[in-house]
Amino acid sequence: MFDDRYTLAYKRYPYKKSPDQDASAPVRHPVVVMGGGPIGIATALDLGLQGIPTLVLDDHEGVGMGSRAICFAKRCLEVADRYGCGEPMLEKGVVWNVGKVFHKDDKVFEFNLLPEEGHKYPAFINLQQPYYESYQLDRFEELQAQGAPIEIRGKNRIDNVEVHDDHVVLTVMTPDGEYTIEAEWLIGCDGASSPLREMLGYDFSGKVFQDSFLIADIKMKGDVDFPTERWFWFEPSHGEGASVLLHRQPDDVWRVDFQIGWDVDRKEELKEENIRRRLDAFLGGVEYDMVWSSIYTFQCKRMESFRHGRVFFAGDAAHQVSPFGARGANSGMQDVDNLGWKLGLVMAGKAPDALLDSYNFERIHGADENILNSTRSTDFITPKSAMSTLLRDSVLALSEHYEFARPMVNSGRLSVPCTYDGSPLNSADALDGPERTRPGSPCPDVPLGDEFLLSKLGNDFILLTIDTDAPESFEEDGITVKRLALSANNDPTNLLKERYLGEAESAVYLIRPDQHVAARRPSFDETQLRAAVRRATGKEQ
Amino acid sequence: MSDLILNPNINGVDDFYAELVATHEGLSDEESQALNARLLLVMANHIGDRAILSQALSAAALKSKE
Ligand SMILES: Cc1cc2nc3c(=O)[nH]c(=O)nc-3n(C[C@H](O)[C@H](O)[C@H](O)COP(=O)(O)OP(=O)(O)OC[C@H]3O[C@@H](n4cnc5c(N)ncnc54)[C@H](O)[C@@H]3O)c2cc1C
Repeated sequence: MFDDRYTLAYKRYPYKKSPDQDASAPVRHPVVVMGGGPIGIATALDLGLQGIPTLVLDDHEGVGMGSRAICFAKRCLEVADRYGCGEPMLEKGVVWNVGKVFHKDDKVFEFNLLPEEGHKYPAFINLQQPYYESYQLDRFEELQAQGAPIEIRGKNRIDNVEVHDDHVVLTVMTPDGEYTIEAEWLIGCDGASSPLREMLGYDFSGKVFQDSFLIADIKMKGDVDFPTERWFWFEPSHGEGASVLLHRQPDDVWRVDFQIGWDVDRKEELKEENIRRRLDAFLGGVEYDMVWSSIYTFQCKRMESFRHGRVFFAGDAAHQVSPFGARGANSGMQDVDNLGWKLGLVMAGKAPDALLDSYNFERIHGADENILNSTRSTDFITPKSAMSTLLRDSVLALSEHYEFARPMVNSGRLSVPCTYDGSPLNSADALDGPERTRPGSPCPDVPLGDEFLLSKLGNDFILLTIDTDAPESFEEDGITVKRLALSANNDPTNLLKERYLGEAESAVYLIRPDQHVAARRPSFDETQLRAAVRRATGKEQ
Repeated sequence: MSDLILNPNINGVDDFYAELVATHEGLSDEESQALNARLLLVMANHIGDRAILSQALSAAALKSKE
């Protein structure tokens, strides 16, 4: 039998029998991705754009119902943009800047994020996860139509894996029964409860946070004038619980997120009448339809290692965080961004296997940063001791009167991209430049006339030169580096100088295919830059 | 880097002490605790210097370096 574990919002890749199922010997694929969630599909987009044959196996036939993620951060959208599907997300998404914080009955303060100018993408958008996933799948189909060697098979469930030194053997269950294939590389994007992790017996450790959240997505009826703001209540007087979050999504849908404690009767709580009772107490006389609801608990955990030989883990399978701060899908997208080009170079024989270990180093760094941040938010929202409650309440009380206490209020620190400080791929910083573009950083965007800098970076190694000379391109041991020459002199926004030069007169940046800075110096120094390319590709320590 | 001041530094220390106690007068235990917590946060913000704050935390925990 082949039953769905969840309901679909959109059926996108119905089961079709593949010739692999009738092959006399197992067919070998260069890359198999396990799981067609947001992270698995993004992996296929990254590899597909590089022309690497990639097969995605998903045990369902499309996008799951229910908006889990709603908040997608700038870096995640920039990665999606590199894959060619960021724009529809931005168009559909809701951009917000104002937030209000309440404690019990009182509004304690209001903030405006005052977005930084000069980026193609805002700090984040609110967008239902099913939309996010469908835009990725639209792009997937578009790339297929253009001849990219990517494929997805619905109702193809991986039931067993056998790992060898240079390949993996997979047993796949379908409505027509089992078949076997082989993969040179396997990427596990099979979600938080990752069957792959289980099959291979890898640990997943960390803190289970003992609390449950009741999520209700509701559609307001009639002309309600709820503003596009993020409202967060600590200990709301209406409706029990530690916190409530109200946030707008596209299509006039609102997300209400009640933190309802650990000992709850799920079935009882999920009855529509009970959800409505909470909502009514909270929203007063507003009329609404229920779109989706669910109860979830969460954990802050990660695997010890995201790479095990020919097997990689990415997204929720590798790490899980609390939802405060919107870090789940956002960090998964950074995993893919990081792994894609490295695997591409190793498969093409242009970089040693050791480059792949840096995926582990860099993304564990990212996961730890996320876990730290979301644990801190969790501790602020649900203090674990009487003193910690007192301190939290004092911060809230002070923030109503004084500005200084407002930054201490932690209702979730929104995901910002990870800088790979200390990565073995970085070369020592040789420029007296801005902190935010030091080696390891993701390049910040800058407007270039009608265009943006980031659309000119990525996919290959780029040598960004600002007001200094360099060859148009050079090759180092199979890696081609192309120059992008810019000048800060006639930049009306002055942002290129602000973000890339600082006090320096000129600069040369070596930028990786994932738009992270590998090295920077004041001017072109061939020996140093060749060494930097070797270091950034795992050929030199 | 400057160090946490641990020798006398308040002019009119008796005055200050009396004012501190007086601020708590008439408060319940709970209110007093809350006031202390707010006071601590106000003062911490005034100090600002992260290193000094860490030194203050361990000084208050009576973790001296001797
Ligand atoms: C309530 C809630 C709110 C959230 N809010 C946010 C937010 O605002 N921002 C944010 O960034 N993140 C948020 N997240 C997290 C986000 O939803 C996840 O991080 C994201 O879905 C992870 O994507 P994934 O592709 O790694 O895993 P999943 O989306 O879980 O996908 C895994 C896929 O693998 C498939 N699969 C499983 N087993 C097999 C098998 N044996 N064979 C084949 N396929 C298999 C599954 O069917 C599924 O399609 C939220 C999560 C929740 C629960």
